[in-house]
Amino acid sequence: MTHTPLFIGTFATATTMLLAVAAGQQSQPPQTQEPTSVATKITSDVGAVPKLAVPEFIPLGKEPEVVSAAKAIGDVLWDDFDFEKEFYMIPRDILRTVPRPTTVEQIPLDQWKNVGADGVVIGTVAKGPDGIVVEVRLLKVTDGTLAVGKKYTGSLRSIADGGRVYAHSFADEVHKTQRNLRGVALTKLAFSSDRDGGRMKGPLGERDISNIYQADYDGANQTRLTVTRSLDLAPALAPDRGVIAYTSYRSGFPDIIVQSLRDSRAPISLTKGSGDNQNYLPAWSPDGTKIAYMSNRDGNPEIYISNPDGSGVRRVTNHPAIDATPTFSPTGTQLAFTSDRGGSPQVYIVNIDGTGLVKVTNETHCDRATWGPLNEIAYASRSGGGFDIKVYEIATREVRTITDGTGSNESPAFAPNGRHLAFVSDRTGKQQIYTIARDGRSLKQITKTGINKYPNWSQ
Amino acid sequence: MLIAVSLGSVACGKPKPPVARPTTSTGSANPGASSGAVPSPPEPVPEPVVPPEPKIEDPLKVADIDKINQNSPFQPVFFALDSIEIDAAGQQALNSNASILKKYQDWVITIEGHADERGTAEYNLALGTRRAAAARDYLVALGIPGDRLRTVSYGKEFPFDPSHSESAWSKNRRAHFVLTSR
Repeated sequence: MTHTPLFIGTFATATTMLLAVAAGQQSQPPQTQEPTSVATKITSDVGAVPKLAVPEFIPLGKEPEVVSAAKAIGDVLWDDFDFEKEFYMIPRDILRTVPRPTTVEQIPLDQWKNVGADGVVIGTVAKGPDGIVVEVRLLKVTDGTLAVGKKYTGSLRSIADGGRVYAHSFADEVHKTQRNLRGVALTKLAFSSDRDGGRMKGPLGERDISNIYQADYDGANQTRLTVTRSLDLAPALAPDRGVIAYTSYRSGFPDIIVQSLRDSRAPISLTKGSGDNQNYLPAWSPDGTKIAYMSNRDGNPEIYISNPDGSGVRRVTNHPAIDATPTFSPTGTQLAFTSDRGGSPQVYIVNIDGTGLVKVTNETHCDRATWGPLNEIAYASRSGGGFDIKVYEIATREVRTITDGTGSNESPAFAPNGRHLAFVSDRTGKQQIYTIARDGRSLKQITKTGINKYPNWSQ
Repeated sequence: MLIAVSLGSVACGKPKPPVARPTTSTGSANPGASSGAVPSPPEPVPEPVVPPEPKIEDPLKVADIDKINQNSPFQPVFFALDSIEIDAAGQQALNSNASILKKYQDWVITIEGHADERGTAEYNLALGTRRAAAARDYLVALGIPGDRLRTVSYGKEFPFDPSHSESAWSKNRRAHFVLTSR
């Protein structure tokens, strides 16, 4: 179904070790999983964000897949760093003015210094006896000191997409050790889409189906996760990314389906829908032990929590108005959700035992709360004829508007480090998935084919 | 409970032509049924006696279910923005639908709740649930057994009219009745 499970397995067996590189010389690398030194930090001498040069990697061999991976990994790594804005990225056209060495012994540090870089990433790609070997090191330009060094090995299949996972892994490593930031380069976006054009029976003719898809956080590797002639909506990836929950109409009645992405075990129905029991909009607790969702099993849309196998069902809300669209707090002890008990849909917070109700928003129409790790709640808020994405900061009760009124913008989902949001917008016509930085900048379109909705961002 | 209240408020708001609504019981002791109470036990809608036509078989008894749905004898119920209240026109539609369900006692229908694009996708799934339930509860109050009435919400996934205008939106805020089995 997707190459991801296979690939993770491959990568998990890869050795990751520190490269001890001094003065351009490679010594025997110690067999360790952890860097022995993170003392060297890339800094800017003017106190601004450090400036990074991330040129294409060096192919150690003439095999076409090695040559193309060397180019792709460097490109993807540049984008990964540019995404988090922890470094100023030396533009690509300037990078090309510095001749690329053919070996790691010939790094022209003085030339990297001349283009303004504080640090330079030098990577190599080679075919080894067991597959692909990618070595990457981040060097301080002033003296060539090693700041971060990693050696990755993987199967030949691991560079089928250019080897993006090597770039993502190294980007996360650098963000962690150099910037104390949890990177998101290895995270996934899930969403529903009608791109494959299936149709299902409807009362007045056929209707478009919608299935669940997944992409890398940057939109690469878009893969189909469900194949049904049905509506599959509102996916939610479990924290370990190995399981996905979503709303499916496949039984004829909306149900929460829990499906493994690691193996081909049959998906399970969490909720056993029927003519008077329909279930929508699953959300995982941060530890992956609970799923919250909306159900009308007691006659009215209410919020329920259960274990991921369907056991231990608990009702959280009890009000004759609509209660829908739950999201867990980072601690897992509270939910934010949408209720129209005050006359219009607004975001509320409640303890998972149903106590401690607090109204959060007081606008025209608010929905799809998503509780981020920085203790902020993103939601869609009606503005003009459509919606904009807003973020409510719990500590200060301040609200920021993230989107600027272009098109209608709905269904926000926080990146797991809280620095970006995915959302749906019809700003270019059909609804598509976008990502945007939490300051409203760096808009990026993730999907382009078909109609794409209900984004979810994995842990 | 809420549905009963909302039906009641509609009833108070607008005097209207004889609408089939349970007002009296069918002889069982229910003398003091008074306002404000839970809806009294449903009474079948007085049904026009259809004169037997021995020669022509009723097409709805033999037609393919898909064909029936494509030229449906059921009338949709339309709703105001962000509302689940069934207005006078909606009550008429439901009375008519109830008559059909009483005539064809083996029919099981699914009531689809739909919403227009002006609400958010997620909230609209909940709103569609309540619209379908409002229509279902009304039919039950008219004496249709609940086990013949399934509900489902499609939120704003399947607009009847995909264009972006009040005319389209008013068609898309609806409960749609689909013959499911017989």
